[in-house]
Amino acid sequence: MSKSILGLFLDPNSAADAMDGLKESGFEQGSFDVLTGTPYPEGAFGEHVPQHRLFRFPAFGAIIGFSASLFLTTATQLAYPLITGGKPILSIFAMLIIMYEMTMLSAVIFSVIGIIFESRLPNINPSAYDPRITEGYIGVVISVEDKDLNKAKAVFEKTGSEEVKVV
Amino acid sequence: MQQRKSVTQEYTNSVLLNGTLETPKWWPYLVSILLFFVLVGIGLFFVQIYFGLGVTGLSRPVYWGLYITTFVFWVGISHAGIMISAILRLTQAEWRRPVTRAAEILTIFSLLTALVFPLIHAGRTWRIIYWLLPYDFSRGIWPNIRSPLFMDPIAIGTYLTGSTLFLFIALIPDLAVLRDRTTGLRKGFYTILAMGWRGNPRQWKMQVVGGILLSALMLPIFVSVHSIVSWDFAVTIGVEGWHSTIFAPYFVIGAVHSGVSAVVTMMALMRWGWKWNDFIRPEHFDALARLLTVVATAWLGFTFLELIFALYGLDAPEIALREMQIFQYPWNMLFLLFLLTGYIIPVPMWLFKRVRTNIALMFWSSIMVNIGMWLERFLIIVPGLARKTPFVFTWEAYSPSWFEWYILFWSFCWVTLLMLLFSKVFPLVPLFEQKESEVFSDSVKIGRANVPTIFREEEE
Repeated sequence: MSKSILGLFLDPNSAADAMDGLKESGFEQGSFDVLTGTPYPEGAFGEHVPQHRLFRFPAFGAIIGFSASLFLTTATQLAYPLITGGKPILSIFAMLIIMYEMTMLSAVIFSVIGIIFESRLPNINPSAYDPRITEGYIGVVISVEDKDLNKAKAVFEKTGSEEVKVV
Repeated sequence: MQQRKSVTQEYTNSVLLNGTLETPKWWPYLVSILLFFVLVGIGLFFVQIYFGLGVTGLSRPVYWGLYITTFVFWVGISHAGIMISAILRLTQAEWRRPVTRAAEILTIFSLLTALVFPLIHAGRTWRIIYWLLPYDFSRGIWPNIRSPLFMDPIAIGTYLTGSTLFLFIALIPDLAVLRDRTTGLRKGFYTILAMGWRGNPRQWKMQVVGGILLSALMLPIFVSVHSIVSWDFAVTIGVEGWHSTIFAPYFVIGAVHSGVSAVVTMMALMRWGWKWNDFIRPEHFDALARLLTVVATAWLGFTFLELIFALYGLDAPEIALREMQIFQYPWNMLFLLFLLTGYIIPVPMWLFKRVRTNIALMFWSSIMVNIGMWLERFLIIVPGLARKTPFVFTWEAYSPSWFEWYILFWSFCWVTLLMLLFSKVFPLVPLFEQKESEVFSDSVKIGRANVPTIFREEEE
């Protein structure tokens, strides 16, 4: 059965040592993670630098928003073809303004969906966690099989963990 | 950043959550008073619906008066959020940290307030829906997309939705802090909103990259909103003083001037009210005043350009209007007051560091700017309609009734009330930004001097 172990550290260097220790003990890179209450410089704990595809979301959103607004502005004018001052039914300049706003709105909405998705939220089944992480403690969390439990605990104890929690 | 004090994350949480997890002594009294004024205002709104727009000073030919002035004013204030939050985030300005959340909230609440004014102004409020939604399907009438009065709600709606989502994304890490520090129902509420945030590198990376991405997307929306509001006037060819091609950038820069001033007002109140002296420091007011000096001067340039463009055509009605605005009583008094409060008094004050770092002086000068900016909108909207023109047989000068003045007062009470209620549920200063600042700061010894430094990560 798999268990989640959390080591709490006050010093970023100790947390980085724990991450290195876990790697050296043969645990897979993706099986452990570092939890902090604030952003740290990328790679500060020797962690795996996450890759993302966030920038595809606003592009996709913009295409959807543009298409929907093109349809809406065209269809509403054609549905009630009132000729004003001998001008064409489709008023391009007015359409562009609405299309611009709706394209941007859709891009923003899809970006937000992208941020939430790429952050892997909502996370309804969080593993070991401690509220002190949002108070300045640094948590190193690892999911291990029962047989590797002591090996992981030993790494945390050796690197100066303030507390080790097993869930 | 010389005034900066090194603080722990625990201290940051305890101080910046003092308005959310505890209740300051003044909070219930102030909320009760504001609630009373807000309810009276809502009551008056229903009185207006019952008796009609006759309770206002609006009369032929001035049908756009104080309500529309106040609508433009609040849309202007809303430009604080993106100006401060997005631009400073994109440029990674260190002093943005305590300012961004307040600016974003101010954007949302002032937009919500601005949206109320066309509803009040319409008299029969429910009829607004005919402009925005298709009605009477049997006749097949759809909204007139060629009208700026339709473009306006679309632009404001986009800005409001975008700003709210932007605020929510930046709130998630702070919601996790609240989740970790509350119990019972409140914990449940924050747990749902925090969506299981843990603070791993992937989530922090998305906060940083996502914040920059949303800033970049919100900036063009920010520019478009007040441009479209300006077209409510500028595309009207029949009113002198309205039909101007310079209105879009002029309105945008004016909005930034009033919006950033409103942020200064709010920052001072936050510092005094919640005693956040360690986080909202004189150096932040100093930076905001420097920014305001530049913005105000650009705005003054546009003010004179607008005047010059109007006069350069030697069009008799335009000249007559400007003469009325600047030389005829009571407009001349308002024009003088507008220039004095919008620029002549505050900007020379901000040239002195002693003023820029004096929070009381910054507070009062920012209030002054917004008096001037409200008057600016009034002077743009009303004189053009009020000037006596041929073939207009019912003509009289517009004077707002006490009803309209109260609704203006109501709007300030309403925004303040919303802010105070927000402060009880969510932190007004972003906690994680403050903590990040601690991680990225140090001091370097150069010769014999210890120099405080801020590190910045290189973008790959």
